[in-house]
Amino acid sequence: MLHVNVSDREQISALGTFLILVLALATGMVAIGLLFIASGVNPFFAFKKIFSGSFGSLYGFKETITKAIPLMLIGGGLALVFKAKFWNIGAESQLLMGAIFGTWVGLNWGPALPSVVIVPLMFLAGFIGGAFWGLIPAVLKLRFSINEVISTLMLNYICAEFLTLLIVGPWKSPKKFGFPYTDDLPDSAILSLLPGSRIHTATLILAVVAVVVLTIVIYKTRFGYEVRVIGENPDAAKYAGIDFSRTTMLIMVISGGMAGLAGVGEVAGIHHYLSYPDSISSGYGFTAIIVAWLAKLNPIYVIFSAIFFAGILVGGDAIQISLGLPAATVAVFNGTLLIFLIMGDFFTKNKVRILLGERA
Amino acid sequence: MEEIIISVVQRTLVAGTPLLLGTVGEIISERSGILNLGVEGVMAVGAVTAFIVTHHTGNPWLGLCASILAGMLISIIHAFASVSLQSNQVVSGLALTMLGLGLAGLLGKPYVGKPLAIKINAMPIPFLSDIPIVGPVLFNQSPFFYLAILLAVGVWFMLEHTLLGIRIRSAGENPKATETQGVNVSLIRYLSVIAAGGFSAMAGAHLSISYSKSWIEGMTAGRGWIVIALTIFALWNPLRAVVGAFLFGGIFVLQYMLQPMGISPNVLAMLPYLATLLVLLVGGLRDSRRLNAPAMLAEPYRRGER
Repeated sequence: MLHVNVSDREQISALGTFLILVLALATGMVAIGLLFIASGVNPFFAFKKIFSGSFGSLYGFKETITKAIPLMLIGGGLALVFKAKFWNIGAESQLLMGAIFGTWVGLNWGPALPSVVIVPLMFLAGFIGGAFWGLIPAVLKLRFSINEVISTLMLNYICAEFLTLLIVGPWKSPKKFGFPYTDDLPDSAILSLLPGSRIHTATLILAVVAVVVLTIVIYKTRFGYEVRVIGENPDAAKYAGIDFSRTTMLIMVISGGMAGLAGVGEVAGIHHYLSYPDSISSGYGFTAIIVAWLAKLNPIYVIFSAIFFAGILVGGDAIQISLGLPAATVAVFNGTLLIFLIMGDFFTKNKVRILLGERA
Repeated sequence: MEEIIISVVQRTLVAGTPLLLGTVGEIISERSGILNLGVEGVMAVGAVTAFIVTHHTGNPWLGLCASILAGMLISIIHAFASVSLQSNQVVSGLALTMLGLGLAGLLGKPYVGKPLAIKINAMPIPFLSDIPIVGPVLFNQSPFFYLAILLAVGVWFMLEHTLLGIRIRSAGENPKATETQGVNVSLIRYLSVIAAGGFSAMAGAHLSISYSKSWIEGMTAGRGWIVIALTIFALWNPLRAVVGAFLFGGIFVLQYMLQPMGISPNVLAMLPYLATLLVLLVGGLRDSRRLNAPAMLAEPYRRGER
């Protein structure tokens, strides 16, 4: 008789964790390959296209890094809140709110100020915008015990409508041939790019610094310790006298604020004006959830997982063009990989042995 | 005036139908202890499956059956992850939603902009539909409406008054004690999640083959998330879900009614989501979690654990 024996794993080496992650991703890729076959697409061709589109050429790689910037910022913040088991699914709209705040500052104060002043101001405004929008679900949870998954999602829809309201209404530019866009940001408010790419260097540096600092905060400070205790054992946190409300609000300020920074980067670095929510963010807030999960909620690893998933976004665009697949293909990719990642977690936590013979 | 009222109430009931179907399913799942955040994705899969099958067979009923089957099948993923692998149910549910929305977009792409030749139309109930006012409102509705009401009452009866219902509820309240009674908690939870998938898919099918007769990507428009809020609002009781679902149906209809009054369509589009927050706010004030929430909701259970 064949049977499966499952027992708790006391410890797992870093290599073991890594191997399980790689195996989970590989199995996920096989599953996606099967889905490709089912929709009449040669999976090897599709994977080759995705890879060559995202990492296989210098142009593709530069695009991948460009898309990794918001994923790094948001994924880092999500790693922090997910550690405390606060499920912020609203990064998408925290990004938009950051973009709205940043754009307002850029449009109104930009013409009179030099770059060195206006750019930091825009990032500050974006951080405040995202933090404000992120604080709402925290307060709703603490004060009215409203489930944050639902409130953050509802705020996503509300913010998307609010942004649309602005660009078709009061903020609509008279110079854009009737399109629902705002005016272009003044030159001083536009981020400089790495030559020959769309990589807005300021945001990239901000993102890398932010995740490094966050890693130190999570693993080396008392605050980070409190965040981890709240996530792992809320009862113990209570007895240890950890201020649950204060910590929850603070981590949502950070997480929302970082998404807001990403929003400023997208507008000031790439688009230069506000337009429809879908074009400002191509689902970064949702993809970043998987980015954080793949990084095992450790911000430093977010750098790599953000580049990986940015590659999938860029490669996804490539196969949309060459194979005529819809944009939803990327969502299939993301969903499938996330499913296999959480399944992989089981093997990180448990020792699974397949035994021959009678059950002990 | 009378005609306007009839039309408004009728449309309210139509708009509330998918919410009711989804909420009743979610109640089953959550009562068994499994939080299922996959509703939005499963709804989309249900909608696209119903549409595709109806498109090819010309039989919307076949479309409905296929849709329920598809919803149940894809929900096995969440059941496996959360029951067998004791994964985090929030993340697993989100993954199911991402996958479901993605698959629906992928499969539905060739069908965008091709409306169905046939859909499930209103089915007047003989004699009853002739009663003034009440007749046209309640008894001249889509079969989905009758089905939703029957299922809500049926599930309420099942949960409160049958052995299976007691087992589902106790799996969510105290799985360890339930297991010692010789009940297979894992099996109960699997079945509950799969059943919930069928309900969500039905809700989706209503959108694509009865409410409208075309497939549009994103047509579920957050209804799956509203369902999860309604489950809390209903205090995990299918009969209260009837009230909640049609209340929200009314908000969807209100959007269209307020449009001619010059209010920005974007503000109106926010209404259902604002209302969801408001409803939860009221729930939070009376602290519903402590009133009726399944004690072990979203807590993984491992057999033989001490």
